[in-house]
Amino acid sequence: MIRLQSIEKVYRTDRIETVALADVNMEVGEGEFVSVMGPSGCGKSTLLNLIGLLDAPTRGTVQINGTPIATYRDRDLAALRNKELGFVFQTFHLVSDLSVLDNVQIPLLYRHMANSERRRWALAALERVGLSARVHHFPSQLSGGQQQRVAIARAIVGRPRILLADEPTGNLDSQMGDDVMAILNTLSREDKTTIVMVTHDQQKADQTQRIVRLFDGRQVN
Amino acid sequence: MFKHYVLLAAKVLQRRKFFTFISLFGISFTLLVLMVVTAMFDHSFAPMAPESRQDLTLGVHDVVMYGPHSNWRSSGGYKLFNTYARNLPGVEHLSLYTGVRAAHSYIDGQKIESGLKKTDDEFWRILEFNFLEGGPYGTDDVAGARFVAVINQTTRRRFFGERPAIGQIIEADGQRFRVVGVVADVSEMRQVPFADIWVPYTTAKTDAYKSEILGDFHALALARDRASLKQIHDEFNSRLLRVELPKGSTNIVAPFETSLQSVARLLPIADSKSPESQVGRFVAFVAALAALFALLPTVNLVNINISRIMERVSEIGVRKAFGAPTRTLIVQFLVENVLLTLVGGGIGLALTMVVIHALNVSGILQYTQLTMNIRVFVYGVLIALLFGLISGVYPAWRMARLNPVDALKGGVSR
Repeated sequence: MIRLQSIEKVYRTDRIETVALADVNMEVGEGEFVSVMGPSGCGKSTLLNLIGLLDAPTRGTVQINGTPIATYRDRDLAALRNKELGFVFQTFHLVSDLSVLDNVQIPLLYRHMANSERRRWALAALERVGLSARVHHFPSQLSGGQQQRVAIARAIVGRPRILLADEPTGNLDSQMGDDVMAILNTLSREDKTTIVMVTHDQQKADQTQRIVRLFDGRQVN
Repeated sequence: MFKHYVLLAAKVLQRRKFFTFISLFGISFTLLVLMVVTAMFDHSFAPMAPESRQDLTLGVHDVVMYGPHSNWRSSGGYKLFNTYARNLPGVEHLSLYTGVRAAHSYIDGQKIESGLKKTDDEFWRILEFNFLEGGPYGTDDVAGARFVAVINQTTRRRFFGERPAIGQIIEADGQRFRVVGVVADVSEMRQVPFADIWVPYTTAKTDAYKSEILGDFHALALARDRASLKQIHDEFNSRLLRVELPKGSTNIVAPFETSLQSVARLLPIADSKSPESQVGRFVAFVAALAALFALLPTVNLVNINISRIMERVSEIGVRKAFGAPTRTLIVQFLVENVLLTLVGGGIGLALTMVVIHALNVSGILQYTQLTMNIRVFVYGVLIALLFGLISGVYPAWRMARLNPVDALKGGVSR
């Protein structure tokens, strides 16, 4: 499903060169729920961005479904992200001007679906995260946990096969964090969604099937 | 998707009230000035009664006489036109008339000021006034220096109320005139026909005007056809070489020109010593002014749009992450800008209607009824849309090209 080979990511400015990732090799099979752990600045989020096709590696190859994406243009990458990938961010990144329903519909806007169809899919996604009663609310009217559930609904509304979650419980209290983890586990178990989750929380990581550890941009055992 | 963009645009504009206000003010004010100036320009230069045959009419309104150490500029004198402008080839009618001067009258001890213009009888043949009563004075009236007058409807009301005026006597500057005709009011912005009272020039208190090269007279020629216009201009120019100039002057410039050409000559950048048309310079000047006028709000809008879009960098990151191609994002921000521009255009239209109505009822521009030119409005909105696109494309393009990771971090560039 996801294959990273000899990945290196270097950030360069005029004076400084920072190696964020070096010689990372990783495979995640279909339906697998993997967590990525490591101290701050070890390259966890960079790794997730590369898997999510939001950034390109300096060296090495990223394959999604067996296809190397190095030659993909902006439009092809956008289409692949739209179809195959869903994102959950630590700070939710909901659009404050849009209602819950409109936020959840965002990925579907780029699929040229009919309005009614979009709405139906969005309502279904909101029902899965238990927010059917909040569809017309705005993000500012929701608690942190509810906002993250909206973000998860947005991530799964397009029925992607891969879900990438960057510290999804980082901004939530333990109860809300447990709720979010329960939703992710359900998606993994029932939908066979492949999930890669970055976390600091060992307890949350223990709930996943496998843990990948990074230190100073390198994989460690 | 378009509906989503419009909805989002409306919400964004509503939420960021200050930016929205500044943007709308810039667009609507620019459009307002453009529309009002154009309405005034239309009202001054478009063919309309009494200047219905403007395409065949030429006038001399500005005369420059100069020498090595002297430079005189004013209207022409009677002698100049009477001696050199008569019998020009291609001219069907030639009229000599003065500018408007204030004339005072007293009604029941109250002082009334009117604009008085002295003309010949040809004046009424070239210009097509709308006579409400009577008719113009004729050749015999002018030749015989008869004290007759044509007045406009406002003057009739001031002197005679609602009663008919024909045969009545009005007094102006101590002279008594018998009213022979009443015409509809003519706007102050139409300088050739405009006045409150018209009388034969031969009723002047002295004959001194008859010997003047420079003075208070204008010449107005109605050409037989369009082909004659250049002929009239060229022939009068060549005749000016024969004018006996006063000591110290070596040249005289007094071109027969259209109204627009005459106004163009008044600009500081015009070459008043050249008999050739100054419209080219006039157009360049106006275009430069318009470009400058349009450039300021455009630059302002670009800055505002960059700030406005910068606030939404995270949204750009989210949309990119979920599959929005760069081009789609550019379109989204352009839709917002175009919507803003259209709202600004609507406000500009409403403001224009209010300002034009206020100008019409205020009497600042005497007897002027400005009208809004729909063609100009359409052009105005198109210009505003162009503003919207120009001011929106660059910020939208810049933001849409942001790396999604940077955008999600809040726009930090690497």
